[in-house]
Amino acid sequence: MSVPLGTLPRWVNFGLLPLLNVAVAFAISGLVVLFIGENPIEAVKYLVAGALGDGEGIAFTLYYATNFIFTGLAVAVAFHGGLFNIGGEGQVYLGGLGVAFAALALDRYMPWYITAVLATAAAFAFGAAWAFIPAWLQAKRGSHIVITTIMFNFIAAALMVYLLVNVIKQPGNMSPQTRLFEEGGQLPKLGWLMQVFGLDIGAAPFNVSFLIALVAAFAVWLLIWRTRFGFEIRTMGTNATAAVYAGIPYVKTVVVTMLISGGLSGMMALNPVMGDAGKLQIDFPAGAGFVGIAVALMGRSHPVGIVIASILFGVLYQGGAALAFDMPNISREVIILIQGLVILFAGALEHMFRPALIVLFAPKPKSVAASAAGAA
Amino acid sequence: MTASTLDPTPAIELVGIDKRFGAVHANKNIHLSVAKGSIHGIIGENGAGKSTLMSILYGFYHADSGQILVDGKDLKITDSQTAIRAGIGMVHQHFMLVENFSVLENVMLGVEGGVLLKGGETAVRGALQQIEREYGLDVDPDAIIEELPVGKQQRVEILKALYRGAEVLILDEPTGVLTPAEADHLFKMLAQLKAQGKTVILITHKLREIMAITDTVSVMRRGEMVATRKTAETTMAELAELMVGRRVLLRVEKGEAKPGPVVLSVENLTVKDGRGVTMVDNVSFEVRAGEIVGIAGVAGNGQSELLEAIAGIRKASSGRIVMNGEPVDRNGRIDPALLRKKGLAHVPEDRHHMGLVLSFEENENSILGYQDDPKYLKGPFLNIDAIRKDAIEKIEKYDIRPADPRLKTANFSGGNQQKIVLAREIERDPACLLVGQPTRGVDIGAIEFIHKRLVSLRDEGKAILLVSVELDEIRSLSDRILVMFAGTIVGEPAAHADEQEIGLMMAGIGREAAE
Repeated sequence: MSVPLGTLPRWVNFGLLPLLNVAVAFAISGLVVLFIGENPIEAVKYLVAGALGDGEGIAFTLYYATNFIFTGLAVAVAFHGGLFNIGGEGQVYLGGLGVAFAALALDRYMPWYITAVLATAAAFAFGAAWAFIPAWLQAKRGSHIVITTIMFNFIAAALMVYLLVNVIKQPGNMSPQTRLFEEGGQLPKLGWLMQVFGLDIGAAPFNVSFLIALVAAFAVWLLIWRTRFGFEIRTMGTNATAAVYAGIPYVKTVVVTMLISGGLSGMMALNPVMGDAGKLQIDFPAGAGFVGIAVALMGRSHPVGIVIASILFGVLYQGGAALAFDMPNISREVIILIQGLVILFAGALEHMFRPALIVLFAPKPKSVAASAAGAA
Repeated sequence: MTASTLDPTPAIELVGIDKRFGAVHANKNIHLSVAKGSIHGIIGENGAGKSTLMSILYGFYHADSGQILVDGKDLKITDSQTAIRAGIGMVHQHFMLVENFSVLENVMLGVEGGVLLKGGETAVRGALQQIEREYGLDVDPDAIIEELPVGKQQRVEILKALYRGAEVLILDEPTGVLTPAEADHLFKMLAQLKAQGKTVILITHKLREIMAITDTVSVMRRGEMVATRKTAETTMAELAELMVGRRVLLRVEKGEAKPGPVVLSVENLTVKDGRGVTMVDNVSFEVRAGEIVGIAGVAGNGQSELLEAIAGIRKASSGRIVMNGEPVDRNGRIDPALLRKKGLAHVPEDRHHMGLVLSFEENENSILGYQDDPKYLKGPFLNIDAIRKDAIEKIEKYDIRPADPRLKTANFSGGNQQKIVLAREIERDPACLLVGQPTRGVDIGAIEFIHKRLVSLRDEGKAILLVSVELDEIRSLSDRILVMFAGTIVGEPAAHADEQEIGLMMAGIGREAAE
């Protein structure tokens, strides 16, 4: 006789609850801003105006969002299989290597769309390969994937610095980076898309990889809810014993799930490497792998939720930069603090308000019972 | 109420208790009066609200409305501490004991009485001896719990409650884990407690126990208290009818079995658990087409491991499993997916942890294990239309309620969840069906349906291996009975052997007695 857990209506679960979490994060951020001696209302104005006020701001917001969609999807796919992939950062980094190889090899001979196809495949393959060892260790030896993927982030960072400094650095250049990709190795900007809405992209690096990210989001939805393999991933993730009973091979499912997850992380590299910088640089992932975790949590591991959460984080990134510029008292560190609060409330404290909301919104009986009590 | 009652104030009185969980109305305006010094049975199907009601009395849940009177005094029971102070003790279905602690340590858990244990230990030891003298509960205070048989562990639970000054003892399905002999012993103890003036509330779904031990019985159905009877003035048939709300067949009607060729043959199978302890020890038997072979035994004697090994879920350390004359392993490994293709279907003992993914939609669970069947697929994609259509057919054929293939499986009742599993496995038209605890946590109406379905499957010429801890179920369904004890098959009693004989075998003392 199990106790039925309070189930919330969908709009509360997927709408009100995340909104409430973000609102509380902002309220506390407001207190911090107040403490610094600035006006929180003004700060919000700058933040929103910077992120959404004009075409360039929006384009920057979407550029950042693109990163988070990829890494958020990566975390979500693994999460459906009961695996916590913390290694997005390293997988992105290695994905960048794949992108760079494809672009450096082809940019002088091929149009961008051919290069992009191969670069996407290479990014996926390199990201997946980086996830393979932790996956295999988890499947075969039971080494916890959280630990191994974190460790692989450090290994990736060290490996990439080594490669950029010693192997693929452009000769004669002071900084550890590859040469600039030619036109055939760069993704076109989405100025035309902005123009459809009457907006000007300005100098924002908003590019084709945003569309690739949306396609990836759809593909993940298909994979998880419409394919046999997705069914097996979800079975393994929700009830491992039932997966054994159902004859779902554990090793294969763990490994392939992690390859897909790592591959999606790797694909993120398209955006900053091929879509923005046009070269492979040190530290280009810039924490996006970790933001993916918060995005996946906030988006309830559903592609639609992930896209929305990614845009929110895009707003925080872009708006935060604008705010730091417009209010010198609010330093870059305060922006990171605000982002941290959002991650804290949307991610770690995700369930804090749930009990209260269950009391308020879980199917009517409360009020019926209350009236019954009144009658008695 | 009863003539023997000296004190007219009831020990416990519940007035208008009402409780909802979300959409489920678990207790509807319950009135119950339990006479002091009596054994009061509460009977009802699974999900009727018995456990909820007792949990409210014990302070685990709060009633949405209603009143609890203990000894005639209105009491707000906010947590189990309040209940214990009011003299209410509870013995849970699943024991709440620390397995590697001694009896003494378990009894003093939570009432250690100070930073140092010494004083508490002495006090508890003295009190225990007195309780043991008074009620005849003989348990060595220094024995380690995990080394005690289940019946004695239960006694420790009772001791715990008595040590805390319980005047009213609630027992929730106490015989589920006991052999018939242990159950008899328990009932003797309860009678003794009653003689000493304690009040006992016995929750069960077994009619036989109610008739054997209680003074008064209350029947619950769908959250309502539908009747209270003096046990002496009622019959099992009447109680069953009250529980279900209609007339029920208590016995399975079936004809003679017509066994065909051997379908499943288990040869010298040995299975060890994770710690290397032998759970199944060199077991051999056969199941023929058109017969139901029942494996009886007290829970934990290797039946579960045996079933899982045959189903390919648990690795056997030696021995062979042969189906239709062919070994089922592939290079020494048995794979559940391969077994399914060979026509072996498996209704697992634990549908919540193995047979179903509770957060999935009903239609998704109706293909679990068969997700690689081409008829559910379009290339790598699931053929959602075909899956849902298939689910609806099964829902209709097995009368699964509510008839909604998109509903989350957790929202079905136990009986309907079991029907989802049975429909999935039986509708594959398997040559051999493994069934574990087919009616655990299933209401009487559904039990009748499930039993009929299993018998008709047998009549279609399928081989069925049934594992159940319900001896009644084994006896009424099986054409042949094997009794398992400590990992071995200790005997094959005649199909119409009486309960006593099988019970002795289940306790591991049958062999000499039977031969």
